[in-house]
Amino acid sequence: MRRILIALCLMVGGTTAWAEIDIQEVTSAGGINAWVVEEPSIPFIALEIRFRGSASLDLPGKRGATNLMMGLLEEGAGDMTAQEFQTAREALAASFGFRAFDDTLSISAEFLTENQDEALALLGQALIAPTFTQDALDRVRAQVLVGIAGDEKDPDTIASATFDAAAFGDHPYGSAIDGTVESLNALTREDLVTAHQNALTRDRLVVSVVGDVTADQVGPMLDTLLGALPAEGPALPDDVAFGLEGGITVVDYDTPQSVAYFGHAGIKRDDADFFAAYIINHVLGAGGFESRLMNEVREKRGLTYGIGTYLVPKFHAEMILGTVASSNATIGEAIAVTRDEWRRMAEEGMTAQELEVAKTYLTGEYPLRFDGNSEIAKIMAGMQMIDLPPSYVVNRNDFINAVTLDDINRVAAELLRPDDLHFVVVGKPEGLESTQ
Amino acid sequence: MTRLFAALALLMTTTVATQAAEVTTFTLDNGMEVVVIEDHRAPVVVHMVWYKVGSADEPEGTSGIAHFLEHLLFKGTDVLAPGEFSATVAANGGSDNAFTSYDYTAYFQRIAADRLELMMQMESNRMNNLAITAEDVATERDVILEERNQRTENSAGALANEQFRAAQFQNHRYGVPIIGWKHEMEQLDMADALDFYDLYYSPNNAVLVVAGDVNPDEVRDLAEAYYGVIPAEDQLPERIRPEEPPHRAERRITYTDPRVSQPYLIRSYLAPERDPGAQQEAAALVYLAELLGGSSFTSDLGQALQFDTQTAVYTNASYQASSLDDTTFNLAIVPAEGITLSQAEAAMDAVIAEFMTAEIDPARIDSIRTQLRASEVYALDDVSGLARRYGAALTQSLTIADVQAWPDILQSVTEDDIKSVAEKIFNRDSAVTGWVVSNQEEAR
Repeated sequence: MRRILIALCLMVGGTTAWAEIDIQEVTSAGGINAWVVEEPSIPFIALEIRFRGSASLDLPGKRGATNLMMGLLEEGAGDMTAQEFQTAREALAASFGFRAFDDTLSISAEFLTENQDEALALLGQALIAPTFTQDALDRVRAQVLVGIAGDEKDPDTIASATFDAAAFGDHPYGSAIDGTVESLNALTREDLVTAHQNALTRDRLVVSVVGDVTADQVGPMLDTLLGALPAEGPALPDDVAFGLEGGITVVDYDTPQSVAYFGHAGIKRDDADFFAAYIINHVLGAGGFESRLMNEVREKRGLTYGIGTYLVPKFHAEMILGTVASSNATIGEAIAVTRDEWRRMAEEGMTAQELEVAKTYLTGEYPLRFDGNSEIAKIMAGMQMIDLPPSYVVNRNDFINAVTLDDINRVAAELLRPDDLHFVVVGKPEGLESTQ
Repeated sequence: MTRLFAALALLMTTTVATQAAEVTTFTLDNGMEVVVIEDHRAPVVVHMVWYKVGSADEPEGTSGIAHFLEHLLFKGTDVLAPGEFSATVAANGGSDNAFTSYDYTAYFQRIAADRLELMMQMESNRMNNLAITAEDVATERDVILEERNQRTENSAGALANEQFRAAQFQNHRYGVPIIGWKHEMEQLDMADALDFYDLYYSPNNAVLVVAGDVNPDEVRDLAEAYYGVIPAEDQLPERIRPEEPPHRAERRITYTDPRVSQPYLIRSYLAPERDPGAQQEAAALVYLAELLGGSSFTSDLGQALQFDTQTAVYTNASYQASSLDDTTFNLAIVPAEGITLSQAEAAMDAVIAEFMTAEIDPARIDSIRTQLRASEVYALDDVSGLARRYGAALTQSLTIADVQAWPDILQSVTEDDIKSVAEKIFNRDSAVTGWVVSNQEEAR
């Protein structure tokens, strides 16, 4: 067992406060790795389990299988029906969350110290021995179909789905993880069993445990919980190039406010310039009221309630994305201002003062994220998913502080390409038409 | 998204209180109440000022002014330039925001604990010294109209809810949306904002909540230095709002909007809320909501409509215990394919009728009791949640003692309590039944 004592340094305006997070790396007898933080002050435990792959492992023609499989894990396991399983969970006052994303499966559990063995045994049944009965399959499929129908009439989802399809085509990133009405209706119990075997495998597993537990207890706990999962899963999909050129796509939809979803190719998480890009994105559009876009589009002009941009480094592609909504009469102006700000940052970069203010905020805000057992468990699982070491918690602010103004201005010119921006606009935008 | 306003569920889902956290309370000489919640696990503090004024306190014809004013408080004061408040918080590594509900308006920052004094300095300054221009008002009014577009006009479900609440409350301003009716929002002006501000933003109408790595004595010293020097407002009116008359006729509404993807129905009943020294009925209603529609697997509606029959794809019962005045008990059903809204509604009413005559399984009550007790353990991990719990309660007429008694009151609920409160609220004359459809064909 390796132990790394990490002092979280909270440095603000010249003063320093310290909080300690003691991350212990544990390897179970069965070979499962986990990060553990002992926090005995409140009698419960937060457990975060993630698997790489997720919906990107949907087999051809089986879009939606992984997502539906995750929805069914709590719908009957071992010799328990769905109702028996949930009755047992409620009696233990444990909470389990099962979620599928593009590249990541997430299993989040919180349970009391006093009944941890029973709670873990129950969770283990859901992970190892889900039953996937036909009535549960039909019931949950009907729920997902309602969600798909809702997505088809939701302006935000119409915009993002249109953008993704145009950018990634047949790659899994090009379609929603829910699947389509057609693909979902064709799924059988066999497909779900296959999805379960493919997605929950020990070779793509990361675990973190935070709370009223000792590191010694975690290894045996995880062997019991996860040891029976398959050792390996099928190959992950290939990387995919962002395939959308600059322009505008208007999706006609009768609603008073137009929604725009926009972006172009981005930067990889392990790129040496990632932190420069992170700061650029913060100043441009991710920094809430302090961002340039919020200031120009909302505060100065009153064109929107909110505009934001995001670096999205996925496992197989990377983007910089944004969203803005404005009345049909004004969305054109909101887009024009957005493109101008994109160009201004690309061509002029930012000022030394803007960089300094951004660094102060980003380094001050970072330790505030570690504010609860579940939050710490999720942060540590996220770090493991992208192969960061525990010491990253200590060094992360140094990475931010090491970025120079020269770095910023060089990377801004590379990262931000106003002519490559593609805007998908859903609504009845006045004066906007689709480009070819 | 910032400057959020607390629609129904946002702040009030966690209504159970805790006694395990160290809580210290006192009142400043000018009447400002102070709550200090200690959590020394990390060097972080949450600083909140809650005003005992919300959208339901607005003068008629100015709906949305409470929320609009909340936006304007970020614009500037005699010493802070527009945007400087939030910029200063960010420059100190913190984040800030605000929210407005029917009963309260609150401003908060989350930041390193040694920045508390700076937060108090700025927040106390904008309690009395707002300085806004006509341009600020005009631009920010466009922002709140876009906010209404985003939250409400672009959402069929939100528009339907607005209609249901307007029908539910016949006299009380809970029937008026927090964000305001669009035609009234368009007319809001500087005078509306400043009249509201001058009257209600004062220390004797405010609650300070400080939670995190702080010492109560230090908080008291700072609070006295920054908030204690602000004079009390002697014109502050007593908080008496129009009450609901007896409801004498059931209301039924069909909301039609082509953007509705799936027909559904809701039913809301007028219901009592947590009152000072009298929280037993509200506690019983928490159980009633869980028993009828808390979990789709184990609740009566879930079992009958989603498992025993395939009548619905979604069922839910919910109850907002925290409210200054009468609240609602709500049911929602999304019918399964091939089931009409009439059939789904009949099935829902059959479940309620069955509930009223059958015995409640004691194991179900025990399970809910266990979950409520455990939620107190989990709540200790979220000091911001504890801060909101106290702020909401104290601005909705409850006392510290009420907040701290609530978990025990929840533990003491019996089957008889649940049955008798159900008997009381399930009165169709005080109910609204709403159908939400995309076309008339579905309204059957």
